[in-house]
Amino acid sequence: MSMNNQGRPTGTGTSSFAASTGSALLPNEPLLFEIGDTEHSGVDLPDVSISTSRLGGFERKMQLDLAGLTEPEAMRHYVRLSRLNHSIDSGMYPLGSCTMKHNPRLNEKMARLPGFADIHPLQPVSTVQGALELMEQLSHWLMTLTNTAAVALTPKAGAHGELLGMMAIKAAQDAAGQAHRRIVLVPESAHGTNPATAAFLGYTVKAIPARDDGTVDVQAVKDALSSDVAAIMLTNPNTCGLFEPQVIEIAEAVHAAGAFFYCDGANFNAIMGVVRPGDLGIDAMHINLHKTFSTPHGGGGPGAGPVVLSKALAPFAPVPFVRKGDNGLELVEHAEGDALGRITAFQGQMGMYVRALTYMLSHGGDGLAQAAQDAVLNANYIKARLAHAFSVPFGDYPTMHEALFDDSFLAGTGVTTLDFAKALIDEGFHPMTMYFPLVVHGAMLIEPTESESKQTLDHFCAVMEELAADAKAGNAARFTSAPLKAPRRRLDETRAARSPILKWERVEELPQAAE
Amino acid sequence: MRYLPHSDHERAEMLGVIGAADIDALFSAVPKSALKSFDLGLPAHSPEFLVEAHMRALAGKNRAGADGPFFVGAGAYRHHVPATVDHLIQRSEWLTAYTPYQPEISQGTLQMLFEFQTQVAKLTGMDVANASMYDGSTGTAEAVLMARRLTRRNKIVLSGGLHPHYRDVVRAYLKDDADLQCLSASPEGQGDILDHIDEQTAAIVIQTPDFYGHLRNLKVAADAAHAKGALLIVVITEVVSLGLLEAPGAYGADIVVAEGQSIGNALNFGGPYLGLMATRKEFIRQMPGRLCGETVDAEGQRGFVLTLSTREQHIRREKATSNICTNSGLCALAFSIHMALLGEAGFTRLARLNHERACKLADALAAVPGVTLLNKSFFNEMTIRVAKPAVEVVEALAARGILAGVPASRLEPDDQNTANLIILAATELTTDADIAALCAALAEELQ
Repeated sequence: MSMNNQGRPTGTGTSSFAASTGSALLPNEPLLFEIGDTEHSGVDLPDVSISTSRLGGFERKMQLDLAGLTEPEAMRHYVRLSRLNHSIDSGMYPLGSCTMKHNPRLNEKMARLPGFADIHPLQPVSTVQGALELMEQLSHWLMTLTNTAAVALTPKAGAHGELLGMMAIKAAQDAAGQAHRRIVLVPESAHGTNPATAAFLGYTVKAIPARDDGTVDVQAVKDALSSDVAAIMLTNPNTCGLFEPQVIEIAEAVHAAGAFFYCDGANFNAIMGVVRPGDLGIDAMHINLHKTFSTPHGGGGPGAGPVVLSKALAPFAPVPFVRKGDNGLELVEHAEGDALGRITAFQGQMGMYVRALTYMLSHGGDGLAQAAQDAVLNANYIKARLAHAFSVPFGDYPTMHEALFDDSFLAGTGVTTLDFAKALIDEGFHPMTMYFPLVVHGAMLIEPTESESKQTLDHFCAVMEELAADAKAGNAARFTSAPLKAPRRRLDETRAARSPILKWERVEELPQAAE
Repeated sequence: MRYLPHSDHERAEMLGVIGAADIDALFSAVPKSALKSFDLGLPAHSPEFLVEAHMRALAGKNRAGADGPFFVGAGAYRHHVPATVDHLIQRSEWLTAYTPYQPEISQGTLQMLFEFQTQVAKLTGMDVANASMYDGSTGTAEAVLMARRLTRRNKIVLSGGLHPHYRDVVRAYLKDDADLQCLSASPEGQGDILDHIDEQTAAIVIQTPDFYGHLRNLKVAADAAHAKGALLIVVITEVVSLGLLEAPGAYGADIVVAEGQSIGNALNFGGPYLGLMATRKEFIRQMPGRLCGETVDAEGQRGFVLTLSTREQHIRREKATSNICTNSGLCALAFSIHMALLGEAGFTRLARLNHERACKLADALAAVPGVTLLNKSFFNEMTIRVAKPAVEVVEALAARGILAGVPASRLEPDDQNTANLIILAATELTTDADIAALCAALAEELQ
């Protein structure tokens, strides 16, 4: 019988997994199913006897084959696995467009207060007045920071917010007899979610080219506008890290053509408290609470994507929403008039509302503006420090919250953007966003956020300069073989996609050869 | 401001390196009329203890589940979450990591997702599961769209036992769609969905245990759907039921969507929750959401990556299967840890305990004068008809400190048949004393 890493015999039927030990602090952790079995459990629950007479004859006859671990084993499994992850808390995470800022732990503590965590979405409204008040306060902050007329809190993520915003635009146009508007304009530099959202709602997507300076061509927008255009989906600041200088002119042209201006607010961190998108003429904009307002990314969600709406779109906000009533706050749960129905069960991401409001109150209006300015300062500092060694595609303007480089500085080195990013891993940094936006070749998009100190930025820049120099000096192997110091070398993604293995399956035990 | 590392001196130094006169110079692309042209009127930054006091005051105005007898369910369930789960998910490396796009330094998240997908596939009895959706309701809407892509048919029929919020989300996603047929509420567990399946039907959607607690016959539904070339989408809002009931895959389900909140995740007033989605192997390429797959690294070591991303928006843009980008990573982690702690033995005991508590509750309710129990079958949730409007009864009991369940009319205000119905759930946290207090108070209110 083989033993698992915790020194316990492996469960029945476990494959002949040879536990490789890994090194020092970088464990090779077996799968849960290789160390657990169906008999072990980390909970103490009474084994009650039941009658099956009320189960309609549907009681389970088959085994589930779910592996269990005792509590100490579970603790070790998940702690060991966690050590294989990079995280904001352990190092700089300069992923452009993702806003990997510090996640304050006060937010976590507040979200776990029983008055927020242990309340049910359908318990009587009279028993959750504090929750509704919190939603109202969060709404006030979001509307004030954006100078807009309404906010729909419920979207579960940014892309869900986009969907809601575009649904509201569609509903408004349908109500106004404008259902024939079937085209949505999307700049080439947009996030993939923008065209996906428009297509999801049946719109035809028309791409708007970028100008040589990385901003949207106003004339191209004007030329594309017609009575068939429903909306433009524009990211501002855009994905090249630039503020669209003619955004007001674009908004005016879009409105003059009877269309709406959907703004992708993924980059709101650059301007919160400094510029109000409502002043720029936007009609709808989602705000990623998990980017701008520091709710944790959690390894890929949960997010939250409230959408602020202009006066014109406010009547089309979805349910539920909070309003003042005779007996305190009310929760409007059923659509009235032209309102959209419901885009999710219950009230949306309450846990994220708590964290975001905690973050806002901690910063205050002054602190949020300072955070935006520091985020912009940090990105420009990186751009200034690295401009001589890297290639800057759009050098004329100051950048906003992120610095964009292309790969022309690597020409002839045999090193690609991907290789360069992987080499950064060996230096202890998470790579920047690569190959996005699509409008520059071999893009490297670096977003430091306001959370990084000058010392960290200086260290990062020094490492980046050294890497660039090494690539130009002809040491391609350092890059093409990277990473060497991570828990894994480069992984074979082609193999993963060609014959997908998407779950663990029990390998029948082979007869053991005599040793 | 405690979260911002720069001193003013450092800011000035950095501006010098950039060559900017002041911070406003970096915002030169912003139209002058829009830059700092306002007074926000928001409060200034605040010390931690004052923020905490503010939030505690808000939290204090809510009646928490632990404050007294609690029977609220209807799609979100109050279960016990082991302390280990909440400790582990707050580790920095789980909490503050991004989507695992750089697999070499994200193997923790990726291996966890692979384990999670395996757990979900086993629970549902399906071939494959994705790395999670936002929640059960949006997952249901995505499943409906997936069924349309798979069958190239349009008609969708939603059972009258489907959670009304889920139905409303599907309606919103399929706005103005004549091919969507929503059957009227069926609080008695009556089922007429099989009569609506025809050659144009892409899928029927059946929830079990349904919104009113009844267990539905999936075998009959699967056979009827398949006979016409349609798919069966099974929705489960109480995933603990799978510890006691046969997996939908065993009955022939084509897509299973579940709300996974019950395992590892708190009530949180409705979110964040966790959508589970599982399907048949041959349908993978039409499944929305992230998928994690096994592979090897350059040295032949086993490792995990996000895979089949050619379905997704960041590659396919307007041709993607869905616009979905985020999943519910941390909620999936909580689910996976809790499920690992339970294991098959613990999960089965948990489900049995829930059913045993619910049987106690059902028997006690049935003995209260003025109460009629509507369920012949149930797992941990049931519907009663009372002699007064349910909203008034539930409010009156709340005033006595008892959260007695959900008036069905809160979700079905247009359906007069639901006016006197209350949906109640029991879990492992429901005590005999809770049940006695509920029934005594109910008896008094109904006198």
